[in-house]
Amino acid sequence: MIPNVGYFASVFAFGVALYAAVAAWYGSRKGKLAWVESARRAMVLTWPLTSISVLALIILLVTGRYEIYYVASVTSNSMPTYLKITALWGGQSGSLLFWSWLMAAFASAAGLRKWDRDREFLPWVALVTMATLAFFLSLTVFFENPFARIWQTASGEQVYALFQPADALLFVPYDGLGLNPLLRHPGMIIHPPMLYLGFVSFVIPYAFAIAALQTGRSDDRWIRITRRWTLVAWIFLTLGLILGGRWAYDVLGWGGYWGWDPVEISALMPWLAGTAFLHSVVVQEKRGMLKHWNMVLVILTYALVILGTFFTRSGLLSSVHAFAESAIGPMFLAFISIMSAASLFLLIKRWDELKGDEQLRSVLSRESLFLINNLLFMGILVVCLWGVIFPLISELITGTKLTIGEPFYELAVGPLLAGLLLLMAIAPSSTYGRTSWRRLVFAIRIPFLLSLLAPSIFIIRGIFTWYALLGYWLATFAALTTLSEFCRGAWARRQRHGESLLSALGKLIVRNRRRYGGYLVHLGVVLLVVGIMGIEMFQTETQGTLALGEQITIGRYVLIYDDLQHYPQEDVRLNTRATLSVYRHGKLVDEVNPRVDYYYDARQSMTIPGLRSTLLNDLYVILWEWESNGLEAATFKVYHNPLVNFMWLGGVVFILGTVVAAWPSHASLGGRRSMLRKLERQP
Amino acid sequence: MAEITTNQEGMAPANRMKFILGGALIAAAILFLIISSTISTAQYFLTVEELYALGDEAIGRELKVEGVVDGDTIEFDANTLTLRFSVVHIPGDMNEIERMGGLAEAAHQALLDPETLRLPVVIHGPKPDLLQDQAQAIITGQLSLEGIFIGEEVLLKCPTRYESEIPLQVEQE
Repeated sequence: MIPNVGYFASVFAFGVALYAAVAAWYGSRKGKLAWVESARRAMVLTWPLTSISVLALIILLVTGRYEIYYVASVTSNSMPTYLKITALWGGQSGSLLFWSWLMAAFASAAGLRKWDRDREFLPWVALVTMATLAFFLSLTVFFENPFARIWQTASGEQVYALFQPADALLFVPYDGLGLNPLLRHPGMIIHPPMLYLGFVSFVIPYAFAIAALQTGRSDDRWIRITRRWTLVAWIFLTLGLILGGRWAYDVLGWGGYWGWDPVEISALMPWLAGTAFLHSVVVQEKRGMLKHWNMVLVILTYALVILGTFFTRSGLLSSVHAFAESAIGPMFLAFISIMSAASLFLLIKRWDELKGDEQLRSVLSRESLFLINNLLFMGILVVCLWGVIFPLISELITGTKLTIGEPFYELAVGPLLAGLLLLMAIAPSSTYGRTSWRRLVFAIRIPFLLSLLAPSIFIIRGIFTWYALLGYWLATFAALTTLSEFCRGAWARRQRHGESLLSALGKLIVRNRRRYGGYLVHLGVVLLVVGIMGIEMFQTETQGTLALGEQITIGRYVLIYDDLQHYPQEDVRLNTRATLSVYRHGKLVDEVNPRVDYYYDARQSMTIPGLRSTLLNDLYVILWEWESNGLEAATFKVYHNPLVNFMWLGGVVFILGTVVAAWPSHASLGGRRSMLRKLERQP
Repeated sequence: MAEITTNQEGMAPANRMKFILGGALIAAAILFLIISSTISTAQYFLTVEELYALGDEAIGRELKVEGVVDGDTIEFDANTLTLRFSVVHIPGDMNEIERMGGLAEAAHQALLDPETLRLPVVIHGPKPDLLQDQAQAIITGQLSLEGIFIGEEVLLKCPTRYESEIPLQVEQE
């Protein structure tokens, strides 16, 4: 019963989405508003329908209905309930349904917004969002049905289908295979949904862009409407990426956080295009320029979202992340091709109408620096795309597969990142229209001179690596110019309004959320870069086999191996946990507990590092081996990761800045408030 | 450089030229970065069969090899942190693997067939959590003169564990 309800709710949602797309198109074509309104209602209906489907699958997962193939392959009796729920996105078909559900949520929300002033966009937004939703739902309805049951035929073969095939009996395993142990971590509750949310919410700006193209509105109305949607998409995508890094650092036990794996890159690419878009829309709003470019960027972001989903699921790329593989690849390729071709056709059709109101005047003007910023982001994007498809291309051309890995990305992305940091340091002091060298140099002279202190300190401490000196100089320079923007603004307010410096600073940010939120994001990026450079350039490691009471030294730390215990857990795990005392300058400062979790059901172990975190550095200890060493001896690998916590801190500041920028603006809130006041005053 | 002069109606041709040239320069620099980084870091990605086909040419070269782990051959010496195992050949072509009945089935067949080419691997380091029978391994390293692959890094995936057929030994209710 429940599987059937779930499946047919999906089928119904698919039908409704298709209907909405067609009705919107027809209504707009024939000028029949009733059809468009009907499409809007259908659009809103998709969310409750997909919710029924998702709810049905969750009930099946939680109650352990193993006759459902998906339930049997991602859950097991021993898994706690919260993990059974997260198994919703632990496999191919479930995660596709989850994707559709989120997509439907965003589409419904878009359907419920006030359409008074831009009603002409509605049919096209409905068409694009519903076509995308129908595509994803068609995958679950026709190809990857999460509600399929397991049937055993007379010949002993297993068949997966919703309804009973002839001569087959329902097969009910007494237990499921269980979720991949790597995914059985609280971090997995948030990381994939955040990425998916980021992915699907980028569909909305794309839909509005297409609507603007179709209706021939060349102004920046679509950008103003979707600004907050874009920022929200960006927050989710950023959170997804950062949480993924943190999860890898905490769970995967290789001392790293990012491996330039094709799937990671697939999530990074839409982020890069989206970040470039967020910058270049500012130029369109302020100067009425770069209209073509913004269209290209939003189309690219959408295409990369679908491409990223495709890469993850097609099995085309060798990746550690390819948990969910299947043969739905060609469907994705067809969908991306159709959507991109249609978007580009529209763009070319409207090319002349999108001509900019202004021209670039000065190389140092804010708008031209924004343009260089976009070029650099596109550069990083091309590096990523090239890295991902290079093995396929090399095989196609030479017959031999060649690959490029981490060193390639580091070599190619490093200089581009340095360029972006430099722009971040200069651009805030530049002005729109015209800026002269002299004016710009004057504006940044103090932060520039102060920033030279950073490499000087490094040199004094005996660090001469040129890229470390350059990197930390650029990071300091960018941080100082950004901070000076805050100081300058607050100082000016204080002079003008006689406020205290702190309240002037607060009001400055609140009154110009977008600008200062953006600067906060920049500060977050600087912290991120400081952390990344710290771990990449200064990480040290050591390893050793210790008997109880023996010690291992790394830098200023001495670790003494005290104890090793086994703890059986309820969820069929065996924890093997070591205890090491950490001494610094001969004084006991902490205790770390690296451990290995062995999952009986999956016959697989997971290595969880023991961590000692301070702001300036992490001690990261991995328990490698114990049994075969003979009684009580154990082998450890120890990493010293300097400055790595700046990276996580940077992530927090980054998100905070984006939230500030996305918060409803003072003007609109103020407008509403004053309207309320007026209404109150009326008798 | 002094401030660029422009006419009021739009961009002067000389100015326009400067922007095009500047943009082209940045694009060229990015292209150069990509090409030079590719040349200096590209590695062969071979199947076991392809590695043996290269013969002596493969010796001492940094490359990646793909194969299926033979669980019976896994040996780990914790005192010297030396890990030894063999990988067997599996086709690199996805279509061929599909024809064989999927990755899990192809891996299973390859291990059962005594004729399949094998490559002994030695790695200094910990035993990865995912190293087990039938795991798909991608190893980065060099082939030694003795025909042993000296690995530096191993990437593992277990196709048999997830989204696979429900094991037949489970009871039917």
